[in-house]
Amino acid sequence: MEKIQILVVGRHPEILATVVRLVNSNPYWNATGCLSDEEAIAAFKELDFKVVLLGGGVDGTSESLLNTHFTTIKPDIKIVQHFGGGSGLLSAEIFEALK
Amino acid sequence: MAKTILHKADTRGHADHGWLHSYQSFSFAGYYNPERMNFGALRVLNDDTVDPGMGFGKHPHDNMEIISIPLEGDLEHKDSMNNVAVIKNGDIQAMSAGTGIFHSEYNFDRTSEVKFLQIWIYPNKRNVEPRYDQVSLNLNDRHNKLQQVVSPNPDDAGVWIHQDAWFHLGKFDKGVSAEYAIKKEGNGVYAFVLSGDVIINGETLNSRDALGIWDTDQFTIEAGTDAEFLLIDVPMKF
Repeated sequence: MEKIQILVVGRHPEILATVVRLVNSNPYWNATGCLSDEEAIAAFKELDFKVVLLGGGVDGTSESLLNTHFTTIKPDIKIVQHFGGGSGLLSAEIFEALK
Repeated sequence: MAKTILHKADTRGHADHGWLHSYQSFSFAGYYNPERMNFGALRVLNDDTVDPGMGFGKHPHDNMEIISIPLEGDLEHKDSMNNVAVIKNGDIQAMSAGTGIFHSEYNFDRTSEVKFLQIWIYPNKRNVEPRYDQVSLNLNDRHNKLQQVVSPNPDDAGVWIHQDAWFHLGKFDKGVSAEYAIKKEGNGVYAFVLSGDVIINGETLNSRDALGIWDTDQFTIEAGTDAEFLLIDVPMKF
């Protein structure tokens, strides 16, 4: 079964690494972590993402830029503000986005 | 007309990790229930019991207001802002995770369990500077009255957080009642019973039951037995 691709954007390297590790602990999900908007935009061209998690440190300007870019390319993409940082909320947030 | 939702204690999620028993009022970690995602800005209410000397190793958080309320025993906290503290029954701790923080929490006691509530509130502002706050409260100030323990105001009683949320604790003798006026238009209250029975709007709640109530300005809470409870007043839209 093909894994569901999830893009995680965050500015804190250790927290981003933790979130990516936790997402990948689900055998049906695969996370790509990006620290910058440029990396995220480049990654979005490479894989068929179903969900984007916008994590800590992503400010309003970046959020608006990424939202516009991603929804232009893929109108049905689910973009979620991730709260909590690599924590107990992650799985539920992704399940909700995938509903 | 007030709207309410009843969450009986035995409908909560439960995680048994051997050293940790966690009862979860809302979806958390391996517990996912789409009907139990949050109550307004209240996202997590975990009722945790940790074995002696055990605990949560270093782990990150961001963009969440995290409040810990020890019920029994002592909880040791260390974080990446160099805070080292032991919180005990009567204390309350708040942490604004903001742009990112790492912390650990352990049962400070080597012979007895620690029981505490771990509560997460969505912040009203993302990416704030991380901060930590802890206060010791006078337990007598909640006997037959409501004691404010969390607010949005740094100068107010208890700890403060980045959200228009207020927490009150009460320890009422049987038959004592109080009117609670919801603090802000659009807020609701999640009433969580710590022990005994309480009655809200004709609904009897037992230990660890909860009632969410909103679309009202106020309600009456009455102790059906000697009882302790927590009122969490949060924005329903945020």
